[in-house]
Amino acid sequence: MEQKKYWKGLEELHNTEAHQEIVKNEFSEELPFESESLLNATTPRRDFLKYLGFTTAAATIAASCETPIKKAIPYVNKPEEITPGVANYYASSYTIDGEFLPLLVKTREGRPIKIEGNTMSTITGGSTTAKSQGAVLSLYDTARLRFPTIGGNETTWTELDKQVSAALAGLGGAPVAILSSTLLSPTTKKVIGEFLAKYPGSRHVVYDAVSYSGMLAANEASYGKRVIPSYHFENAWTVVSLGADFLGTWLNPAEFAKGFAATRKINAKNPEMSRHFAFESTMSLTGANADYRYTHKPSEAGAVALALLAAVGGNVTAPTLDPKVAEGIKKAAASLKANAGKALVVSGSNDVNVQIIVNAINDAIGANGTTIDLANPSNYRQGNDVEMAKLVSDMNAGAIGGLIVYGANPVYDYFDSAKFAEGLKKVKFSVSFNDRVDETTELCKYAAPDHHFLESWNDAEAKPGYYSFVQPTISPLFKTRAAQDSLLTWAGNTTPWVDYLKNEWVAKLGGIEAWDKALQDGVIEPATAPARGGAAFSGDVAGAAAKISSAKKGGKLELVLYEKVAIGNGRLANNPWLQEMPDPITRSTWDNYACISNTLAKTFSTQLGDDYEINLGKKVLKIKANGKEVELPLLIVPGIHPDVVAIAVGYGRSEKVGKAAGGIGKNAYIFSSFNGTTVDYFAPEVAVEATGAKYDVALTQTHNSYEGRPIVKETTLEEFKKNPHEVNEDRAELQKFGKDFRKDATLYHNYEYPGIKWGMSIDLNTCFGCGACTIACQAENNVSVVGKQEVGKAHEMHWIRIDRYFSGDENNPEVVFQPMLCQHCDNAPCENVCPVGATNHSNEGINQMAYNRCIGTRYCANNCPYKVRRLNWRDWNGADSFENNLYDVADMNDNLTRMVLNPDVVVRSRGVMEKCSFCVQRLQDAKLAAKKEGRPVKDGEAKTACQQACAADAIVFGNVNDKNSAIYKIRNEEQTERMYYVLEETHTLPSINYLAKIRNKDAEPKAEKEAAHKEEAHHA
Amino acid sequence: MYRRVSILLRKHFVSVLILCASIVIPFSSVKAADPNAGKALFQQNCASCHNVFKKVTGPALQGVEGRWADKKLLHQWIRNSASVIASGDKYANDLFNSYGKQAMPAFASFSDADIDNILEYIKTAKPPTPAGGSNANGAPAGGESSDNSLLFGIITLILAIVALILMQINSNLNKLAGDKEGVATPEPVPFYKNKAYIALGILLLFMVGGYYTIQGAIGLGRQKDYMPEQPIFYSHKVHAGINQINCLYCHAGAEKSKHAMIPSENICMNCHKSINSYSGPELFTAEGKKVDGTAEIHKLYDYVGWDPEAGKYTKPGRPIEWTKIHNLPDHVYFNHSQHVVAGKQQCQTCHGAITEMDEVHQFADLSMGWCINCHRTTKVQFADNSYYSIFEKLHQDVKDGKIDSVTVEMVGGTDCQKCHY
Repeated sequence: MEQKKYWKGLEELHNTEAHQEIVKNEFSEELPFESESLLNATTPRRDFLKYLGFTTAAATIAASCETPIKKAIPYVNKPEEITPGVANYYASSYTIDGEFLPLLVKTREGRPIKIEGNTMSTITGGSTTAKSQGAVLSLYDTARLRFPTIGGNETTWTELDKQVSAALAGLGGAPVAILSSTLLSPTTKKVIGEFLAKYPGSRHVVYDAVSYSGMLAANEASYGKRVIPSYHFENAWTVVSLGADFLGTWLNPAEFAKGFAATRKINAKNPEMSRHFAFESTMSLTGANADYRYTHKPSEAGAVALALLAAVGGNVTAPTLDPKVAEGIKKAAASLKANAGKALVVSGSNDVNVQIIVNAINDAIGANGTTIDLANPSNYRQGNDVEMAKLVSDMNAGAIGGLIVYGANPVYDYFDSAKFAEGLKKVKFSVSFNDRVDETTELCKYAAPDHHFLESWNDAEAKPGYYSFVQPTISPLFKTRAAQDSLLTWAGNTTPWVDYLKNEWVAKLGGIEAWDKALQDGVIEPATAPARGGAAFSGDVAGAAAKISSAKKGGKLELVLYEKVAIGNGRLANNPWLQEMPDPITRSTWDNYACISNTLAKTFSTQLGDDYEINLGKKVLKIKANGKEVELPLLIVPGIHPDVVAIAVGYGRSEKVGKAAGGIGKNAYIFSSFNGTTVDYFAPEVAVEATGAKYDVALTQTHNSYEGRPIVKETTLEEFKKNPHEVNEDRAELQKFGKDFRKDATLYHNYEYPGIKWGMSIDLNTCFGCGACTIACQAENNVSVVGKQEVGKAHEMHWIRIDRYFSGDENNPEVVFQPMLCQHCDNAPCENVCPVGATNHSNEGINQMAYNRCIGTRYCANNCPYKVRRLNWRDWNGADSFENNLYDVADMNDNLTRMVLNPDVVVRSRGVMEKCSFCVQRLQDAKLAAKKEGRPVKDGEAKTACQQACAADAIVFGNVNDKNSAIYKIRNEEQTERMYYVLEETHTLPSINYLAKIRNKDAEPKAEKEAAHKEEAHHA
Repeated sequence: MYRRVSILLRKHFVSVLILCASIVIPFSSVKAADPNAGKALFQQNCASCHNVFKKVTGPALQGVEGRWADKKLLHQWIRNSASVIASGDKYANDLFNSYGKQAMPAFASFSDADIDNILEYIKTAKPPTPAGGSNANGAPAGGESSDNSLLFGIITLILAIVALILMQINSNLNKLAGDKEGVATPEPVPFYKNKAYIALGILLLFMVGGYYTIQGAIGLGRQKDYMPEQPIFYSHKVHAGINQINCLYCHAGAEKSKHAMIPSENICMNCHKSINSYSGPELFTAEGKKVDGTAEIHKLYDYVGWDPEAGKYTKPGRPIEWTKIHNLPDHVYFNHSQHVVAGKQQCQTCHGAITEMDEVHQFADLSMGWCINCHRTTKVQFADNSYYSIFEKLHQDVKDGKIDSVTVEMVGGTDCQKCHY
């Protein structure tokens, strides 16, 4: 197979001088002296000796020869369930903003330290996301409110209750409004109902920061039910996504990623997979994983849907579109029709009319009742834009007596936040349950902070009959109180919330044993999956089509808002792990920015796309739309529509939100607008100008370059069916060394691993690049947060990174995600060059790092062909004897935050190399459990953190010596055709294999491809 | 060069062979019984009641083989003393009676080889030298070499003085000879001004100083024999030794967790609700101060909030802040359950004769070398634990007689990331 050219950024594609420079000087790093004068100082020899002597003596004194006295303090009365040193797991659920993830929370000595998916749930099957993995750190957030406040001053709960009750009593019939984000808890809703009943005329308004109101309204118009259906991606063999980022941010991405991945698993015996079309304006995670991807302006979203409806046989006229997009629609329609009943169209639009058209398409292709289940709808989003608008105008009219804010933050994320803030002043009293002094809480008179969900009792209903529970995994850290307790108190009900919930469920389940079992399992589900069902489609297609056709056409440039995978709508923004997770597409950290295409960028500066991508400083643009303006740095994103500017929401939080999020980026919600029924997250008309200023954005894109070496393998489904071996043709060349490359291509003795030999397989077909593994690894292995400045210097510490490669057309490239971590080479280049033997090989094939032996020469990192070794350039976590050496930008070393550290894994000090250990602490634990029971380790008992976090099960790990293990079968039976090792020809003998990516595309004629190649080369 | 060496080697092959043999033979013991293995077993199983040289709970064991008429009977006695007493053997019954009819626990799991090893150890054990102190049971084969080194040291010193005198005489004679022949020789320099001697002296000083500096540096942070004063004078000897309370009764974590666990106070109170005074042998601190055992029990009551008069808890408990004796650095992962359950190690292997200690001190230095040495020599439960069934090649080697047993090291127990992660 001829090799495609892969590039991480345009600088690499065009192989600019600056790129060559940075690649050449990858390992030379200037000394970290901050003052210039020190470097230029002339130090005489005698002075040097004096300094040397003094510092040695000082270090000796500081290090102190005295051994500290340590105390061992036992329990007075040991709780039966706690054995110090042994983890306990409690079932819980992540239900923030309507996302639904049943979880298992690992606690050690009463501290939650890690979150895993609950595999007993058939909805998510144990999937997690980066956000849910990071949620455990949010528990220990130093910026959380630690006590109730009145007017910003600390108070007691008794005093607060007294005042709020008095305020409620003194309303004189004026209604109270509870403004919440989507709540999945039926019992909480019952509590709210009780409260509302006490204050007649009051109401509960649900408001989502990123609204799905258009979809709910369209479903009401189409099917008579204001619901979000359940989507079954696992049954969809053609998926068309119209701007719905269902793998990254749309509704419940972990569930959809799991379902979608089921249709992307493929081997030579069964070479079938789904085909995925994406039509979008910016490059989303979902678009990046599409087989066919087309770009359009955001104002054309309706037109694209209409055209698709026309193409699948709907009775509408197709509007004229860009010929490329029209071509794509033809292709998508053909595929949808061919897979009728096994196809699915989803749309990320919040426009009622667009969603009605999408419903019509789904009805036409037989998705209604098959891949879309309306009989068992999901509760993931319940926000209503019209009701919210009504509430805001009522507040401004003085018609609302009291406002209780519960998990919503409209002062920050509402399209007209000024009007909301204005209305808030006219409300007689306002209470916020939010966990910190966020933008809305700051303006509320009372703050009655709710527990973090890991400290709470709750339940959640994802779909009818599908329940999941939330139970405390730690005593409340602060003087917070469950929001439900507050509401019950103010409603005059003296039952504590925990009893209220328990009574409710004991009654429902018929006994305390059943309730205990439900808490232990974490989920309750129907014994057999309820029958799926559609609903009669009765949407007004003609009316919707007419409205779409008559909508205002966009201007020259358009703006679209999007959610980043890690930060989402901004609710969890003060989470250093999530802030530092490189965005899957842009590979940037700690900021938002204006994403534009290279074509558009060139209009601002001719040198863009050259050294521009290498340097930290990005040109700042002034962006004006909807009468508002912000200044943001420009970032070139290949694959974005040339006439579109895309900005991520969730940034620009106030300083009081916390050290990590405060003041980072700009708030892009100001560009959203209300169209009378729903909020639009795009602006059809935007003006952009360069300001001349520059702003640093910390990108990891240019770090760890492979300099064009072939490390990704891919082919198309058609070619794979024709000749499954073709994708690995080059492996045949290794035969020249002999039959067995491992043994025959070396002079050295071949070491046979006597017992266990660990190995990992990563399927590039089902790695969607979501980054859950990166955060899971960070939580499991105490990986340090380094902050934006240090990321800019390529000092990020992530043990597993997801390399994103583009290939092909720079305006609409194909994307490959490749998780890259230590390959645990059996002939490791790093091991040979360590002068102190700090890194060597274990008898289980693990490339081990002895941190306390490492002296930080970095030879190993320089010699690692995979570039996965990370040096601790600074003291990130106080492991140093000198307190002032600590470099902590995000409160990661507060005694509170440090409670998240995994006690089984040591923190690394400055000047020490670290890297993936294959989660050796987990492997040792599994082995010990087996040893104690006197049996061999079973396949699947030892799981790495990345493997466990992956929603798509792209990572398989196990004992290669065990012929019954999944990893052995993949390598030797199921995937022999797709299986390859990165840089295998160098005889590093990695322990990680990859499975070649397969795109479900028609094979392109090779001649054409090669011609395009030559042209590219010519350009460069 | 290579050729020359090889010729030399060939020429002297026979003498080299003899030399090698003479080095090897004394060490390669032909006897079946292994005193080292016996020592380990003795310390694990016998040391809590027996000493080789003095009478403790049980008789001194020196010369035990001579005291028994029949070796087979001695084996039976060790395995199951009750059966020997029941058989009516006179010596056995006398012994039993003279020790207050306190029965020796049965050691049914000992094989004949095990017992022979122990007996061999008893035969070869040397009485502790007064200077050796607590080192005597710890350091392997340390005793003999120190005697020799003193001897060598004296010889070296004498030789050095002789050499010095000879060199002085030599130089004086040279001067005399020179004077006689009329050759002008410089005035002899006294040896303390002689640059060669000064250089030699400095070198020696540097080497000796360097040796002790390095030894001192390595010892930093190690606290063998550390015996801090504890908030309550808790005697392991009284509890685990005299009263024979199983270690795992209090240190329940040792079977389940990485931590053996300092028992929580409710565990103490399981017994001390009824045992409220001390009536055992007199207790003394290491400094020789007399300890009132009953007062110490009442300290516990104070911590836990128990009123012994009323027989109930009257105030909330406070935890006892024990001083931790066995400290491992943060970068070491140690798991008690691994050693106790999977490795079937006795507590005493690492913690010493804990049943003899009133105040616990750190028995081993807990250095990495100490860990590694044990991992190199200790055998895993290779045949009994089917976890190891996956090591097919090693099983084959055992079967073929290539190796007689499998040590921790052979299954990867000395790899860095078995303890450091």
